[in-house]
Amino acid sequence: MVDARGYSCPMPVILVQKAVKDGHPEHLEVLVDNQCSLENVTRYASNQGYAVQSSQEGEDFRLVLTKK
Amino acid sequence: MTKKINPWVIVTGVAFGVAALLLAHFGNPGNMGFCIACFLRDISGALGLHSAGVVQYFRPEIVGLVLGAMVMALCTKEFKSKGGSAPATRFLLGAFVMVGALMFLGCPMRAVIRLGGGDLNALVGIVGFAAGILVGALFLKGGFSLKRAYNQTKLEGFILPGLLAVLFVLSLAIPALFRRSEEGPGSMAAPWVLALICGLVVGALAQRSRMCMAGGIRDVILFRDFNLISGPANLFVTVLIGNLILKKFNLGFEGQPVAHTDGLWNFLGMALAGWGCVLLGGCPLRQLILTGEGNSDSAVTVLGMLFGAALCHNFGLASSAAGPTLNGKIAVAVGFVVMLLVSMLNSAKKEG
Repeated sequence: MVDARGYSCPMPVILVQKAVKDGHPEHLEVLVDNQCSLENVTRYASNQGYAVQSSQEGEDFRLVLTKK
Repeated sequence: MTKKINPWVIVTGVAFGVAALLLAHFGNPGNMGFCIACFLRDISGALGLHSAGVVQYFRPEIVGLVLGAMVMALCTKEFKSKGGSAPATRFLLGAFVMVGALMFLGCPMRAVIRLGGGDLNALVGIVGFAAGILVGALFLKGGFSLKRAYNQTKLEGFILPGLLAVLFVLSLAIPALFRRSEEGPGSMAAPWVLALICGLVVGALAQRSRMCMAGGIRDVILFRDFNLISGPANLFVTVLIGNLILKKFNLGFEGQPVAHTDGLWNFLGMALAGWGCVLLGGCPLRQLILTGEGNSDSAVTVLGMLFGAALCHNFGLASSAAGPTLNGKIAVAVGFVVMLLVSMLNSAKKEG
């Protein structure tokens, strides 16, 4: 789980990048709290070969990354 | 490498370029249809924060950019009052970004606009900007962070946009309250209605697309992501084509409008600005757009840039067409020390 709430670009992507490079996870959940970070993490994860499902939870967004 | 490019980024780059051509054609200084650093400096002068008589005008473009972004963010429900991520540090960084930009004579977007007009000094500046971003990006990879922001009261996000709007209306209603250049770049301006409309349109588009010069270069370096950089790339192509059509393209180093030819200090000034921008998370344009989205950390950064612009002219730090000043060179050197300290002191320590 990467909790990137409160961080603005590029920090959420950097946190996800670190999690992906360190652990090569099959599944990764990411929490962000703004649309820009949602778009950026989605784009980065897609480029790294992950399928991304996102849902809004109140003011936050939960992204579920699954390795294709 | 990212293949997906958000079409909004391309639209924003083209619209920014068209607006820049229009504004320069209708009265703004040459290759200065838009320049966030120059226009904040002009506003700083209009408010009497500095007394350089040639750069004082309450630029409607800045007001338009912030309010355009705010309206778009409200429409898309992205307006959120947030702040509390190292505001004093951001103020300081904003001030030194301005020191670097006014050494070069332009923000990163103006550097692209200058290059589209054939000004090769801008190419030196852009290479310097990229070098500064590379250094900052290394610190980002090493754990640099200004820590998280928190939700604020709704009012917080409206303060600076509201203040700018009120001051702008005042500048129209009671112009005697403000200073206004009678000669020099500050006296050269497109009609205020056109300037405001261009600002509003570009501000709204930049909010949708997140266009950012610093973010564009940073994303290429860190993530091999070419989405954001496609904005400035399209801005360049648009301005280049426009200048060729208007027969304003003038390739070379010498005789460029509101520019100097000192390559070393063009490089170093923009390197300082680039380093500062990547630590701040965005270029001066992006700081204005985020201010419009309710981000009070960016609002503090904009205030820091206004403060920096005042210091630049009160202390003789800003360059002119004649070249950089000794005071300006010292300030840029001090700026690099500040960037290094801020970068190191905000980097996560390795876990032992």
